[in-house]
Amino acid sequence: MIGTLALLAQQATEHSFDTPVNVVFYIVAAFMVFAAIRVVTTDNIVHAALWLIMVLAGVGLNFLLLQAEFVAITQVLVYLGAIVVLFLFGIMLTRAPLGRADDLDNNMKPIAAVVGVLLTAVIAFAVIRTFGDDRLTFEAYSGPMAEAGNNRTTALANEIFGPQLIPFEVLSVLLTAALIGAIVLARRD
Amino acid sequence: MIPAFAEPLLALELAYWQETLIKVLVGLAAALGLTGGVVYLYLFKFVSFMQSRLGPMEAGPYGSLQLLAEVGKWLQKEDVAPSRADRVVFGLAPAVVLTSTFLIFVVIPAGPNAVIADLATGIYYVLGVSSLSVIGILMAGWASANKYALIGGLRAAGQLIAYELPLVLAVVGVVITVGSLNLQDIVAAQANGEIFGFTGIGNPFIITQFIGFMIFLIAIQAELTQTPFDMPIAESELVAGYHVEYTGIRFLVYFISEFATAVAFAAVASTLFLGGWAVPESWGISRDAMHWVGPLVISAKAVFLVGVVFWVRFTFPRFREDQLQTLAWKGLIPLALANIALTAVFKVVF
Repeated sequence: MIGTLALLAQQATEHSFDTPVNVVFYIVAAFMVFAAIRVVTTDNIVHAALWLIMVLAGVGLNFLLLQAEFVAITQVLVYLGAIVVLFLFGIMLTRAPLGRADDLDNNMKPIAAVVGVLLTAVIAFAVIRTFGDDRLTFEAYSGPMAEAGNNRTTALANEIFGPQLIPFEVLSVLLTAALIGAIVLARRD
Repeated sequence: MIPAFAEPLLALELAYWQETLIKVLVGLAAALGLTGGVVYLYLFKFVSFMQSRLGPMEAGPYGSLQLLAEVGKWLQKEDVAPSRADRVVFGLAPAVVLTSTFLIFVVIPAGPNAVIADLATGIYYVLGVSSLSVIGILMAGWASANKYALIGGLRAAGQLIAYELPLVLAVVGVVITVGSLNLQDIVAAQANGEIFGFTGIGNPFIITQFIGFMIFLIAIQAELTQTPFDMPIAESELVAGYHVEYTGIRFLVYFISEFATAVAFAAVASTLFLGGWAVPESWGISRDAMHWVGPLVISAKAVFLVGVVFWVRFTFPRFREDQLQTLAWKGLIPLALANIALTAVFKVVF
């Protein structure tokens, strides 16, 4: 036990190991796992949506830790500011009782567990296969924050509007089609 | 331009956390000070004069300490929650709204270095964190266990979602012109700009982006749920909307965040369209002097714009819900999109 701890401490102080970022990551990750479990185990549907906010905010924090400022803010603007708000809006417009609800469980739990395990395996495989032993280089920058950040935002913009332009535009068209489809389905006249 | 007593201060080398602590405390003091000033100036006095009355006159000279008396009153009141309310969510909701408000102040520059965090994606960050207040409002409306509160919360959410789009789209015109999301870059572009070779007033974007400015002002009026966009808190039908059940310190938090958000959005609008803390480069005021002139300039502009918001608030009658949604979706959003297209064309042509 003490040997393991010593080993961990030694690894944590190694040069290639970015200690503060990793410590914060594990705290955020643990909190996200806890919040994600609460999303599916809580007995109030609004509480589930509020726990989901915590999970998505954790994702945003992880993007920040990876120094992807633009993506982190997009996460906040799109997921927290729009999507979860729409969830809450929809729930409250239809049925949102205060207190415990007994009808939130159904008998699909085993199937859901299988799907969950499979999904985890697929994602883990893809991540490990793609990145393997890759290490992020954390550049410590001393200049103005804006300068350092601007380069990364510019790089992202160049990537989206350069090599990835076609997929980006196709996605936009797809989303527009989904939007129009939703209107067509909802209209009664 | 630096007074002699301040010289040793400049030689100080501060650790990152010390610098951050000082910045946050000064930022909080500035935000709360401006908010208090705005409440006294407009909510107590300006509206009173518009209605041919004096407003508060007893506490302090011309009633200037009235706000402190009000705060004292609210702090003394019992903190009541309805018996069927969801206590945890009910308690957290004001905190979410207030956090969303104060996070906006983090990136607003008030001088060459006077900014808590000079983010590369400054204006995008403002739009991101300001959208979080909707969550707090929905939480409050639901957790109060009150139909008026729930209806108010839903109205607020519908309105805030609708007017967030014109808000975002109005900013895009400025961002295209400058080519940067950073607020300091946007300020610099206006201070160094010229109008057909004339550099006397720089190039504040209110001139080239006038449509964007008007859309932005209308959208912040709606985001602040001020009349004519006060359907969510309409007294005559919903009592007070989503914060109807809140008393004491929790109500105080809503009150502060309402006016602090007004100040924050006004400061953002003055940064984007009125030149921010800077004065035109051609006036020849040194960078050293701007360290203390800048905060005064941005404060004056922000207070003026809050005045415009309150002027509209006390003048116009309330919109109906359908008129309000029509204005956003059929009026402001197409107009903002046309503005973006036009700006992009001009950017490429010139």
